[in-house]
Amino acid sequence: MAVSTRYETIIGIEVHAQLRTESKMFCSCATAPPPGEKDEPNTRTCPVCMALPGTLPVINRKAVELVMLTGLALDCEIQTAAVRFERKNYFYPDLPKGYQISQYALPLCANGRLEVPVPAEETSVSIGITRAHLEEDTARLQHGGRGYSLLDFNRAGVPLMEIVTEPDVRSPAQARAYGETLRDILRYIGASDGDMETGSMRIEGNVSLRPIGTDAFGTKVEVKNLNSFRSLERAMEFEVARQADALERGERLVQETRGWHETEGRTMTQRAKEEANDYRYFPEPDLPPLRPSEEWVARLRASLPELPAARRARYVDGLSLSAYDAEVLTADLALADYFDAVVAAGIAPKSAANWVTGEFSRLLNQHAAEGLRSSAVGLRPAGLAELISGVEGGKVSAANAKTVLAEVFATGESPKAVVDRLGLQQVGDAESIGAEIEAVMAEFPSQVAEYRSGKPQLFGFLVGQVMKRTAGRADARLVNDELRRRLEE
Amino acid sequence: MINRSDVEHVARLARLGLTDEEIDRLVPQLSRILEAVGKLSAVDTSSVGPTAQVIALENVMRDDVARPSMSREAALAEAPIREGGLLRVPVVLEEGR
Repeated sequence: MAVSTRYETIIGIEVHAQLRTESKMFCSCATAPPPGEKDEPNTRTCPVCMALPGTLPVINRKAVELVMLTGLALDCEIQTAAVRFERKNYFYPDLPKGYQISQYALPLCANGRLEVPVPAEETSVSIGITRAHLEEDTARLQHGGRGYSLLDFNRAGVPLMEIVTEPDVRSPAQARAYGETLRDILRYIGASDGDMETGSMRIEGNVSLRPIGTDAFGTKVEVKNLNSFRSLERAMEFEVARQADALERGERLVQETRGWHETEGRTMTQRAKEEANDYRYFPEPDLPPLRPSEEWVARLRASLPELPAARRARYVDGLSLSAYDAEVLTADLALADYFDAVVAAGIAPKSAANWVTGEFSRLLNQHAAEGLRSSAVGLRPAGLAELISGVEGGKVSAANAKTVLAEVFATGESPKAVVDRLGLQQVGDAESIGAEIEAVMAEFPSQVAEYRSGKPQLFGFLVGQVMKRTAGRADARLVNDELRRRLEE
Repeated sequence: MINRSDVEHVARLARLGLTDEEIDRLVPQLSRILEAVGKLSAVDTSSVGPTAQVIALENVMRDDVARPSMSREAALAEAPIREGGLLRVPVVLEEGR
């Protein structure tokens, strides 16, 4: 389907993100199984999240903070004067109370903005944030397709944040870039894992088209069931093409919810809107009002970490790193922090970036399968800094430094201990290297003679023999100089 | 005044299947209930702000600390049908959300 150029694409995005709290939104049940334990269904419930009669909700302070922190990161106004929780009423098996405690008229955060770099379009767009509010997650419902469904209430009541944009997104690529940029921010500020695959972050896209040059919005279609940023982009592309096609044929589009089918690569009708959305919101009488103080907001504002965009700019403008290095480093908060610490230990930024994004990241990814995270690596930034200085000061060869790093990852020893244990201190004095060269020249007299009679390609062979005798520890530059000097004698 | 379609609408939202006779009975009943509650509208509230809460408390929050939950046995004690630690319910189509 060719996308018609006669229409402008209008997309608004809704994100739901589970907040990184220990306990649920309105009760003290854990949000996840203890580390290392399997997630057994229906083992994290209590009378509150199962909606047994006579129970009352109590607000989780941390969840409120994480939403306000997100609001601050998205340049929102934090609604200190009047915040309200409301009941969103609907009857469905995943909702034990028969209503979801959510926010409607008075959300915690409103009127924000996010600058989104869109590499695919070589531009950056400013997306308005309508609101960010706090609510609770529903139970998990498995549709078995056998005439019944199965319910797990572990997820019921987990703190959930909803972030809604203005209809400012103009292309599928921008939609994806927005999702990724937002995810990076949520991870940086520790608000959410932002994991699309496990569902801790969920995205819906509202798409409509309008003839270029007109103001009125067209009929809006909501697309759900997007399990990755890639599916978000593909689903938006499909929907834009489908709608343009329908409009070209003079068909009337219906306002509806469509589900994305990953394998078939298309959206399909889930349900028409009609009158179904009658949630009868009203203020939650079981919760006393919430009025975040100015002091609380100020304290959170002060605690806001440097965000990815600011950090990228600092790396490029302040440390003269390439845009690529800055991108790789800032994609992972722990990696960026690690890089900063290596630089703080006295290593030149370019050098530190090469090691951290190169060999260090390679080993990190290799060990990731074993559950190792950059935040948990035994190698402290000071240790890596010492190793890099060693290479730059000629104490360890670059090749051996890689061996050392691999050993450090495998054994957890310090770089210095590995260097000592494996005897990898670089041999850097002309005298001992000279002795090794003499020994090689004595061992291979015919190769020496051939070199001298005009076969320069044998130089590499002789260097190799010296390196072999020193187990790679010889300073390569010095070997070159000393060998050439002796051969020319 | 409540009419038949109001009753049908509310019944659908509550996932109640009502017979015609039940609807016939509920139309006047619900109308009378609303009428009775509607008497409150006669009170002059021009000097009273919108009130959703009458307890003189605000900002009641708890620390984010997880505590032990109920046993699965207790959680599912009232469940009519179970299947492997899960609660079994009839399939409900998405249209109500």
